[in-house]
Amino acid sequence: MSYCREEGKDRIIFVTKEDHETPSSAELVADDPNDPYEDQGLILPNGDINWNCPCLGGMASGPCGEQFKSAFSCFHYSTEEIKGSDCVDQFRAMQECMQKYPDLYPQEDDEERENQSKDLETTPAEAAVAKEEKGSS
Amino acid sequence: MFRCRVAAVAEKLVRSLRSLTPRPRGRAAAGNLLQRWNVPLKLQMSRQMASSGAPGGKGDSSVFVLIVGLSTLGAGAYVYKTLKEDKERFNDRIEAMAMKSQDVKSTSEMGAASQATTAEQGLTTAEQGAPETDPSARPECPSHAPFLLIGGGTAAFAAARSIRARDPGARVLIVSEDPDLPYMRPPLSKELWFSEDPNVTETLRFKQWNGKERSIYFQPPSFYVPARDLPCIENGGVAVLSSKKVVHMDVRGNVVKLDDGTQISYDKCLIATGGSPRNLPAIERAGKDVQQRLTLFRKIEDFRALEKISREVKSITIIGGGFLGSELACALGRKVQATGLEVIQMFPENGNMGKVLPEYLSNWTTDKVKREGVNVMPNAVVKSVCVCGNRLIIKLKDGRKVETDHIVAAVGLEPNVELAKSAGLEVDSDFGGFRVNAELQARSNIWVAGDAACFYDIKLGRRRVEHHDHAVVSGRLAGENMTGAAKPYWHQSMFWSDLGPDVGYEAIGLVDSSLPTVGVFAKATAKDTPKSATEQSGTGIRSESETEAEASEITISASSPSTPQVPKQGEDYGKGVIFYIRDKVVVGIVLWNIFNRMPIARKIIKDGEEHADLNEVAKLFNIHED
Repeated sequence: MSYCREEGKDRIIFVTKEDHETPSSAELVADDPNDPYEDQGLILPNGDINWNCPCLGGMASGPCGEQFKSAFSCFHYSTEEIKGSDCVDQFRAMQECMQKYPDLYPQEDDEERENQSKDLETTPAEAAVAKEEKGSS
Repeated sequence: MFRCRVAAVAEKLVRSLRSLTPRPRGRAAAGNLLQRWNVPLKLQMSRQMASSGAPGGKGDSSVFVLIVGLSTLGAGAYVYKTLKEDKERFNDRIEAMAMKSQDVKSTSEMGAASQATTAEQGLTTAEQGAPETDPSARPECPSHAPFLLIGGGTAAFAAARSIRARDPGARVLIVSEDPDLPYMRPPLSKELWFSEDPNVTETLRFKQWNGKERSIYFQPPSFYVPARDLPCIENGGVAVLSSKKVVHMDVRGNVVKLDDGTQISYDKCLIATGGSPRNLPAIERAGKDVQQRLTLFRKIEDFRALEKISREVKSITIIGGGFLGSELACALGRKVQATGLEVIQMFPENGNMGKVLPEYLSNWTTDKVKREGVNVMPNAVVKSVCVCGNRLIIKLKDGRKVETDHIVAAVGLEPNVELAKSAGLEVDSDFGGFRVNAELQARSNIWVAGDAACFYDIKLGRRRVEHHDHAVVSGRLAGENMTGAAKPYWHQSMFWSDLGPDVGYEAIGLVDSSLPTVGVFAKATAKDTPKSATEQSGTGIRSESETEAEASEITISASSPSTPQVPKQGEDYGKGVIFYIRDKVVVGIVLWNIFNRMPIARKIIKDGEEHADLNEVAKLFNIHED
């Protein structure tokens, strides 16, 4: 049972789990998916890349931002059958830039590296998934 | 084969990134990613640590993705490195690039590279014609900066990030009074105090929510380009002029003058001068011998000094009951048991955080702070301070006297608005700070962000906010608008605080204890009193183990059949949600010992709707869940 008291202007309600198990009747305003001011995800509604997406963790603004953007947008707009297979040069340039800043773009330790390379072994499956995604992006 | 593998790496990178929205905390999308990368889901779900983040505003996601991104890229590098046949070419390329970076005339290449990057980004970079000068002959400070940021704190750094992300090749100059490169302040009163590293004052490293260590510096020195190279370096960059102060601003001429007489012209300028800690008039009136035993806490050097003092003296008194004062009291309180240090906290209000929390919760919090070993003295107004013998004597208005060795005054911040006069900018008479519009703009080429900005919030009205996350959010927004976004302040910033093991909260909007509030709390059962939860978890200090511990400490076993008890005064505010009401609308929300709910709170503030029954709204927060 809920329990309620007031202390001056402040109202205090205690509720049990059961009290709150019934669905909320509070109504929220439906979100506008095209809200021009709302922070967007990585891909903007118009399909462009949002370089200021916090999810990029500063990749686009760091010293290798130019190379990152080049590689990433090449990949994003790639229409090759194996998406991004035409972006090898860009990715290579990015790697080269990053190797110049070892404390900004640290190399993974050996253990993680192993996991990564194992991950890469599963490429065919991943490629298949990625292809599906390509269709929906 | 190589091509395929690089493509796979690219796929992975893109998919990792795509599955994340700007604030994925606790969202399902992030879950897949986590499984993929074998990171416990709990980590991702845990408490936002904006301070840990590159100022994307949402430190958790950005840092996380950075890690993911880097591990992906690391894999790429690994694959790449193992391909011996490419090694020669690689070396050639590296050499070529090294040469290129010495070549100051490479702007045409830069242009080409930029063009290749994005079709949709207008290249508005103010590329300076690269002068053909010997690097050593260049002045230390460039005479012109396309983007000039005054102040070297969180807001400035966030703006630099945002400018660079949106404007390829942007040249950003930060002029900072601080001798240090940009760093985040929250750990100075939080995590750093709980570090077990005896050299923490040197390393300035702390454990983040995900258990990983990081430095309080946003970026290592190699991130920045030397200021003298800024005008000509390929692809631009961010440079910091440290220990320099802007003393004059010519808005019409778009020129500033530094304290050493240097003039710098700009195209776009951000004022992110922050604030200076206030002092108490009673202490200002006192003699030099008192000032010498006073810390006004704000910077790295203050942390270092106070840490040293806390090992040398017997008694420290913190004056101030707000965020900084209460956090420092709890941090120092931890030393009470270990070293016998006496920690006193005094403030004029009835309880800790009395200007923020409703009185009942403020009092409850004070009890918790006392449990941390702090001698809390509410209702204390300082009348005078003097040195008597070898000790400080603080005399209070009500006649009480307190003896101590050192004073930390944490009595608020005075926004740094000295530039208002020469620049002819308006200072807000109510809130202080430079008055700017909803787009954080003061004049055509001038924006203001962070503590120093008194801005118009379309939802909540005119405000000035002194919090880390606000510096991130407003700095980011200013950076966007300096590159043409024309966006108003829309994404509400948040803040958080931890006070010992039983009190951890996050808040958003206007949380002012003078507003009427409605608090909805999970009814306590014998099993889930905060005390027993703490005992079960075995950790005395929440911050120590960061957020993972936070989540488990406050866990109430959902299926436990324990019978509800009538809450007892003083024991009943374990967790819940507090709504702050103005004109029948929720304008602020405190999430009390519940985490990962900020998106819901943000949504309710954004809606700005009247709600007939806030208990129904509280249901949306699942306060009984972890």
